[in-house]
Amino acid sequence: MTDISNNQTPPAAVDWASGKAKALRKKRYAADRRLRYYGIAAISTAVLLLGILIGSLVSTGYLAFVQTHVTMEVAIDPEQVSADDPASGNYRAIVSDGVQRLFPDVEDGGALRAAAGIITNGAQVILRNRVIADRSLVGQTIRLQVPVSDPYDQLYKDVIDRDLPENRRRLNDSQIALFETLEDRGLIEAKANWGLIFSSDSRFPELAGLAGAIVGSFYALLVCFAISFPIGIAAAIYLEEFAPKNRWTDLIEVNINNLAAVPSIVFGLLGLAVFIQLFGLPRSAPLVGGLVLALMTLPTIIIVTRNSLKAVPPSIREAALGIGASRHEVILHHLLPLAIPGILTGTIIGLAQALGETAPLLLIGMNAFLTSPPGGIMEPATALPTQIFIWADSPERGFVSRTSAAILVLLGFLITMNAIAIYLRSRLERRW
Amino acid sequence: MAGQHIVASFDEELGQIDRLIRDMGDLAQAMVTAATQSLLDNDVPLAQRVISDDVVMDARQRELDERAIALIAKRQPMAQDLRAVVGAIRMASDLERIGDLAKNISKRVSAVGQGAMQRKLSHSIDGMAQLVRAQLAGVIDNYVGRNPQALVTLRADDENIDVQYTAVFRELLTYMMEDPRNITACTHLLFCAKNLERIGDHATNIAENAYYVMVGQQLPLHRPKLDETSISGASA
Amino acid sequence: MNQMTEIALEHAITNVAPQVNAKMRGRDVNVFYGAKQALFDVNLDIGERQVTSLIGPSGCGKSTFLRCLNRMNDTIDIARMVGDITLDGQDIYDPKIDVVELRARVGMVFQKPNPFPKSIFENVAYGPKIHGLASNKTDLEEIVVTSLKKASLFDEVKDRLHEPGTGLSGGQQQRLCIARAIAVSPEVILMDEPCSALDPIATAKIEELIDELRANFTIVIVTHSMQQAARVSQRTAFFHLGILVEEGATEQIFTAPSDKRTQDYVTGRFG
Repeated sequence: MTDISNNQTPPAAVDWASGKAKALRKKRYAADRRLRYYGIAAISTAVLLLGILIGSLVSTGYLAFVQTHVTMEVAIDPEQVSADDPASGNYRAIVSDGVQRLFPDVEDGGALRAAAGIITNGAQVILRNRVIADRSLVGQTIRLQVPVSDPYDQLYKDVIDRDLPENRRRLNDSQIALFETLEDRGLIEAKANWGLIFSSDSRFPELAGLAGAIVGSFYALLVCFAISFPIGIAAAIYLEEFAPKNRWTDLIEVNINNLAAVPSIVFGLLGLAVFIQLFGLPRSAPLVGGLVLALMTLPTIIIVTRNSLKAVPPSIREAALGIGASRHEVILHHLLPLAIPGILTGTIIGLAQALGETAPLLLIGMNAFLTSPPGGIMEPATALPTQIFIWADSPERGFVSRTSAAILVLLGFLITMNAIAIYLRSRLERRW
Repeated sequence: MAGQHIVASFDEELGQIDRLIRDMGDLAQAMVTAATQSLLDNDVPLAQRVISDDVVMDARQRELDERAIALIAKRQPMAQDLRAVVGAIRMASDLERIGDLAKNISKRVSAVGQGAMQRKLSHSIDGMAQLVRAQLAGVIDNYVGRNPQALVTLRADDENIDVQYTAVFRELLTYMMEDPRNITACTHLLFCAKNLERIGDHATNIAENAYYVMVGQQLPLHRPKLDETSISGASA
Repeated sequence: MNQMTEIALEHAITNVAPQVNAKMRGRDVNVFYGAKQALFDVNLDIGERQVTSLIGPSGCGKSTFLRCLNRMNDTIDIARMVGDITLDGQDIYDPKIDVVELRARVGMVFQKPNPFPKSIFENVAYGPKIHGLASNKTDLEEIVVTSLKKASLFDEVKDRLHEPGTGLSGGQQQRLCIARAIAVSPEVILMDEPCSALDPIATAKIEELIDELRANFTIVIVTHSMQQAARVSQRTAFFHLGILVEEGATEQIFTAPSDKRTQDYVTGRFG
């Protein structure tokens, strides 16, 4: 050993200032910079694409967040509606009467029909709901604010250009003239469209809302969470902590990883075949949707949980074992509490994915047309993505902006969920 | 030292200490030889050289102490290394004492003076000196040659020196009783004999240390000791 | 004068290799990791109420042997142990033996301080809690305080018992881990390089603590520092390539080892 160290000749002095050395260093710095620029370029592209997406959605969707309303006077005639049974009155007549009051000058039957077309077809339903809620209204004359029907809404929002030749617009000159008289009398008003969130679906865009879809999605996610979270964690704990490392567990692990990559439509087919046809569960129900989504989320939760458990430093496990903790104590007292931030984050991201999932829900019939929110997990329902799908398919002009608005609402939910995930992670994460 | 350390400079430092011990051993032998020679030949210049050599001996001992302490602080030697270093410190102090005793003999050369009487008196001292020199040389050689078994035998040989010392003591006592004019010279010679006996003891110490350094075990405590002068002196 | 003779007497006692009053005995211990054998026929006794240090180069099997003593190797799937290890004459690898109880009786302190990410109090209280050693809150508090005191940590942390244990310095964390081990009243404490992550002052405090604990506990310590082994232990065992090369009184191992390999290792000639 001494010989080796003694016989070594000191290395020749390196000339760090030589031109060659300088050029080489310059080249290396340039490579550093290039790498940084590539990264910046990639991020910029991603941000740009996202900006275009959001921008186009907002530019078409923002119109759906406001709704044009007309204020009309209606006299609730006790002859038409009985206070004892407000549900079955002739509201159609009352609304027609209201239209007549709105345009006292119009005598012509055809013009009156055109005038009635200004207000939404659902006006009688709105009125009926008001009366049912407050029976004392019977016999009174009230001011009722109802949405205008879709073409007039579009007109007020300037989507329909009044300057176009008559034959190229959906509304003719006389219809526009009628509407403009209302405008001149200050009866037309654009209001925040809470109906988008709190109403259910409708054939009429001005009345259509997401309430049914939101409730349906909520139920489906609830089922999905209730099934995939405990099963996923239990499976992950078994695989990570108890399962012997052999060919079988390897096989299971490969399959779980594969399952996470299976196209979602396959899960939909499975749900249709197994849950609906074999088990006889009701079609279109959030229960079935939730079960299918749970199948999809399960591998994600298992993988995330296993990784979180793996990330707990072995020293903690050893510390607990070293003072005689049993296996379940090691897992429940030490590993899970430390892994839970990661598990929660992964679960929420998995649920967010499930929330956006469309194809399997279409297959199990969660794209039904339903005008009221589901009352439970067994009742037919739609979900947010399938609602978007339905609306995107609808011909009415008003659904174009509503589709975009619905996408924005969905994105809003996703962003909220991911934000909660990040918050939980930073809040719960502990240093060790 | 058997085997090489991973840290090469450790070997070097241990080697330096070992070399110092050998040097001091050689010097001690030379001093003892020169001292007895100057005493027998009444060679004052030679005695002076021994006295000046002692300065060198002291310096070497200090150097060894410093190196040994530095090595302990830096390397924390273990097992045979630790024994070697601690043994070296102890052997160095024995060798330094041997140097002192040789110097003390040399200092007495002029006091003993010259004359036929003295020559006759120092005859038995000469025999004792030869024994001591052989003992010292044997210890040093066997330490250098790493021969622990020979050291055990040598240690037992110290007995002969003690016997010889007792004989010299009685002889000198007789001379002093015969003629009181001899008392000064004889007392000095007595001291010289005592010094030689002490040198023998130090050589024995070195042998014991050297044995422990090499083997790792202490030699048994009991060693026959036949210095009867104290007993007989008291009775005389 | 009296003191002098006392010291001399004590010295004489430690110098003479004590007849090992064995708390734990290993007989023909062989350990395999899969196909690789890590320990070969190790026979080693652990004397009661003394510190036994295990030394040797990395990968020599000393940690493996240590982890056999409380069956921590069980947690490694591929590890397999053949041979007998007894605690108070009882085979600890007997299928009837409860591992949880064994690990409570044979506690362990690890290389890197590993307090739970909980409060100082919770760290110490955890063991007594799961083993049901305290009948009520007052009892538990007493156990925690005594354990912290025994680990010479109480004075430093008494005002912040409910702050996280991970906020302590490295040396304090390690003493917290020792307090945590002591809290379940083990008979044997295993220490796997307890000072390797600590600075010299913190190391000295742990060594002083080990010396105090010796009065009540049997301690086995694996260390890479030969000086540490020399300082804290009464007996030293030298492992090399999975073989127990030499075992004996610490003084003897570090001044006059009998085996050439031990000699070469302790003097720094290989390792």
